[in-house]
Amino acid sequence: MTTSYVEAIRRALGECLEQDPRVFIYGQDVAGQFGGAFKATKGLSERFPGRVLNAPISEDAIAGVAVGAAVDGMRPVIEYQFADFASIGFNQLVNHAATTFWRTGRSCPLVARLPVGGTRGSGPFHCQMPEAWISHHPGLIVVSPATVPDAYWMLKDAIACNDPVIFCEHKYLYSHLKETGDPAQAEHLPMGSAVVRRAGTDCTVISYSGMLHECLSAAGKLEQEHGVSVEVVDLRCLRPLDTATILESAAKTGRVVVATEAWPFGGIAAEVVSVISSEAFHLLDAPPRRICAQDTPIPVQPDLYAAHRPHADDVVAAVLDTVRY
Amino acid sequence: MSTHPRPINEALAILEAKKRFASPAQRLEHLRWMMRGRGLDDRLIALYRSSLVHGNVFTGHGQEALSAAIGMFLKRPITGTPGDVFAPLIRDTAGRLSFGESFEDSFRTYLGKRTGPMRGRDGNIHRGDPTRGQLPMISHLGAMVAAVCGTLLARRLRGEPKSARTVGVTCLGDGGMATGAAHEGINVMAVEKLPMVLVVANNQVSYSTFNDRSFACKDLVSRAEAYGMRGISIDGTDAEECLWAVGDAIARARNDEGPQMVVATLMRLQGHGTHDDASYVPADLRARFPDCLEVAPKKMITDGVIDQAGVDALWSAVKEEITQAYERIRNEPAPDPNDEDWTAWSSTDLTAFRSGSGNSGNSGNSGNSGATP
Repeated sequence: MTTSYVEAIRRALGECLEQDPRVFIYGQDVAGQFGGAFKATKGLSERFPGRVLNAPISEDAIAGVAVGAAVDGMRPVIEYQFADFASIGFNQLVNHAATTFWRTGRSCPLVARLPVGGTRGSGPFHCQMPEAWISHHPGLIVVSPATVPDAYWMLKDAIACNDPVIFCEHKYLYSHLKETGDPAQAEHLPMGSAVVRRAGTDCTVISYSGMLHECLSAAGKLEQEHGVSVEVVDLRCLRPLDTATILESAAKTGRVVVATEAWPFGGIAAEVVSVISSEAFHLLDAPPRRICAQDTPIPVQPDLYAAHRPHADDVVAAVLDTVRY
Repeated sequence: MSTHPRPINEALAILEAKKRFASPAQRLEHLRWMMRGRGLDDRLIALYRSSLVHGNVFTGHGQEALSAAIGMFLKRPITGTPGDVFAPLIRDTAGRLSFGESFEDSFRTYLGKRTGPMRGRDGNIHRGDPTRGQLPMISHLGAMVAAVCGTLLARRLRGEPKSARTVGVTCLGDGGMATGAAHEGINVMAVEKLPMVLVVANNQVSYSTFNDRSFACKDLVSRAEAYGMRGISIDGTDAEECLWAVGDAIARARNDEGPQMVVATLMRLQGHGTHDDASYVPADLRARFPDCLEVAPKKMITDGVIDQAGVDALWSAVKEEITQAYERIRNEPAPDPNDEDWTAWSSTDLTAFRSGSGNSGNSGNSGNSGATP
């Protein structure tokens, strides 16, 4: 039995709808035969009539509806067709959902599912990684699963969580990532924990989401071709960061490369480097480095796109520079 | 000063609405809430001038007739029974009070008391208590429309019976009606056919920008039909008209006749806030609009609902209520920064959180039933 990343998401949604009458889904094109732009909700409106609702193209109102429903005791799960369009819902997410508990003592348990990341040919407005600008605001939890079991368990965790959760699911992984076995039988890691995906001793590579797989590939190459033992840490939860796991690995290897598909300025990678530099400076043998996308909008043409985002070879080069420092 | 001539069937409906929602007893109660709103706003201005208020004071001078009517027709939640939902806006002092907010909580919020509903974390008009159906506004205009839609959708999904139908109301101004959030929210309200009323106060000026730079339609109520909802345009300086129009709109929403829009034409009688002298408002524009709190008592005296001595007695009683409320809270403590946990999450330790493990930080919300979260 194999399960794809998007199947894991669909299954988690179905189980939450089945088990919790407070859960409902609201978003563009999520209902009916269509079942969502990436089919994450396919079949759910038939199984749960009246609880999977199509919304108008109104990203602000979609999040606003979720805030009102969450405060009134429901567990809304909203879907943005592409994470890029969450910028239209930005106000409701960061000013309304994020501030509600702190201001009123009333929690706001909504989940916003954001299909993030690049796919070839999709260009500036369908490939963005929004986690930096969303994570900046206190009050939101931002998670970014990179594996099939994480897509399944972290979505169930997000729906059970009493705080607003931004669930960043990578579009490339939807169908390209398949894993054998039942995700429900896989290890259920706590939602807020980072995890070591591959143990190593010479250098730590920290990543999340789609880029994790480039890093795991790079770690294999570094071991085989260069004899460098790399420890790969999957952040999983970007806000709050599991700083204990980050620092433990940095302390173990003394050398750190952070790799993301996102832009460099003020990003999650910058935050991780900042945590390591300020908390573990004395344990480092080399300056921590970032590998990020080019600092431009995301290009359409395949060669430009390939050069815009980091790949395993970029991680290999950065790790070699770091271990030779 | 209604902008639309009314056909005969509408005139008959108005007569019926007046009987149901603007009886002499209701007009008296309305006047009292209008006075309470004005009285509280005036007291808050005095506190601002004494440097006791943190931030500015935003008042409802000129909007009391419209705002006070809202809370009068809404059902306040009582423990175990969900009530109606009201997301007031900047100038709804009177409506907040008539929907059950206490003078004490208004003062506590403006004075930054730890004991208030916002505990010093938020202030002035951003106050409310979701457990009592009072959704606290964020500053971003139009944002509350969709949130009220969400609470009503929640109740529909929970299978709220028609016999216990709850209604949602929120307010906007001529300024807020220009936002994208307002458009998206009003459209959802119409698409979902929610039991909801949008009350629009066209007070002629969004901060310092006049109607001609805010919208180009003759009357904002024309948008109601475009969205697919019933709309009515009223004179917001006429207390009786506000009373029956708002009462009728809320009753129609409660009766599942679909979403309603009430657009009231009135004038903001003070600045945007206490920091603003509104010197940019032309005298001839200001002169076109009477003060509802001057007009209402005179009309009620003419109609034999009250006499001047009764009006004076009402004012005295309201001012005394306000004074006593202020005295009760004035020495309550401010928040102590050292007591704050300085976290914006309700979850405590996410590195130990798994769904199904029972460790979710708190118990979450169980619906608008008056339960403490």
